[in-house]
Amino acid sequence: MNLKKTFIPLVNPISKDNPVIVQVLGICSALAVTSKLEPALVMAVSVTAVLSLANVIISLLRNTIPQSIRIIVQLVVVAALVVVVDQVLKAWNYEVSKALSVFIGLIITNCIIMGRLEAFALSNRPWPAFLDGIGNGIGYGLILVIVGFFRELFGSGTLMGYQIFPQSWYDAGYMNNGLMILPPMALIVVACIIWVHRSYNKDLQE
Amino acid sequence: MENLNLFIRSIFIDNMIFAYFLGMCSFLAVSKNVKTAFGLGVAVCFVLMISLPITWCINQYILMPGALSWLGEEYASTDLSFLGLIMFIAVIAALVQILEMVIEKYAPALYNSLGIFLPLIAVNCAILGAVLFMQQREFADAWTATVYGAGSGIGWLLAITGLAAIRERLSYSQVPKPLRGIGITFIITGLMGIAFMSFLGIKL
Repeated sequence: MNLKKTFIPLVNPISKDNPVIVQVLGICSALAVTSKLEPALVMAVSVTAVLSLANVIISLLRNTIPQSIRIIVQLVVVAALVVVVDQVLKAWNYEVSKALSVFIGLIITNCIIMGRLEAFALSNRPWPAFLDGIGNGIGYGLILVIVGFFRELFGSGTLMGYQIFPQSWYDAGYMNNGLMILPPMALIVVACIIWVHRSYNKDLQE
Repeated sequence: MENLNLFIRSIFIDNMIFAYFLGMCSFLAVSKNVKTAFGLGVAVCFVLMISLPITWCINQYILMPGALSWLGEEYASTDLSFLGLIMFIAVIAALVQILEMVIEKYAPALYNSLGIFLPLIAVNCAILGAVLFMQQREFADAWTATVYGAGSGIGWLLAITGLAAIRERLSYSQVPKPLRGIGITFIITGLMGIAFMSFLGIKL
């Protein structure tokens, strides 16, 4: 078995098969938590953790789960993992956990997780499933970080809470673009990412 | 009066799609034509209206700190709120399953037109999202929760039908190649969101 083949599930989802902009999964959280960079990072890490662990567990159970109740089994596994993440986050960083409000709970219904469990974990061995989980988590996180970066930079002039644009710019008449903080701009930023991405990957164009 | 305000608020101002991006996946995937979009919207609306009062009761009488006191004195200090997520998702999944069976039995035509989307409502974030918001806002009674569910559902229905209508028209226009399909749909949703933000000024 050559090395390149092993790492296909890890590398593919980062650009060519990106979960957000190519497979169009997990949009809800990708848009809702990105008005600042920090919650976006926390969300990316949480989803990666839940996704890779859920992938491994479902992959281990794949031969024992009856076909007809598999959705419920998957939901329970994911829900249990999300409860763990939720409790850890509440103990470790209460501020961010408050800022993310219901969106940690909504990882359960994040379509990336259900999508990968259905499409990959149910038919693959645990190790590739784990890599697939990590890869998709990174691909998802990458988009979140890019969107969060632009929205926080132009919306509030800060990154991770630190001031980036110097005061002299504001004195010279520069103003924060309040529209970037509002929800609709998240959609338009993602659309721009899709535009750039598809201009380079011509085979993805419709 | 209070409930009417909540109803209108949840349709227009706190719209599930445009203010919270909940249920975005099926919103983007099923909005290719108006008929299926409307069918899915009605189903989501229905599930929201049933699941919110049920989960409200579960939250009120089982999960909240001290909620078990109706069982007896010794349970007054139990706090099961960490079980919330698992309980809610199980209730929603079970409800959708029951609903699927009922619709199949009594309205086979609707069942056939909804097809695969009916079971997928279980993983629609709009439902779980509304339930979690209900828990966060601590509604006073089950009726308020029902009103909130109905409002959110109608808001979702409105949004998906609107987008489907625009997308049907869009197939005649010349969009730059890399933006075709999903890209332009994102931009349209963003523009619709900006339009919906004009409701923000309404004070209820």
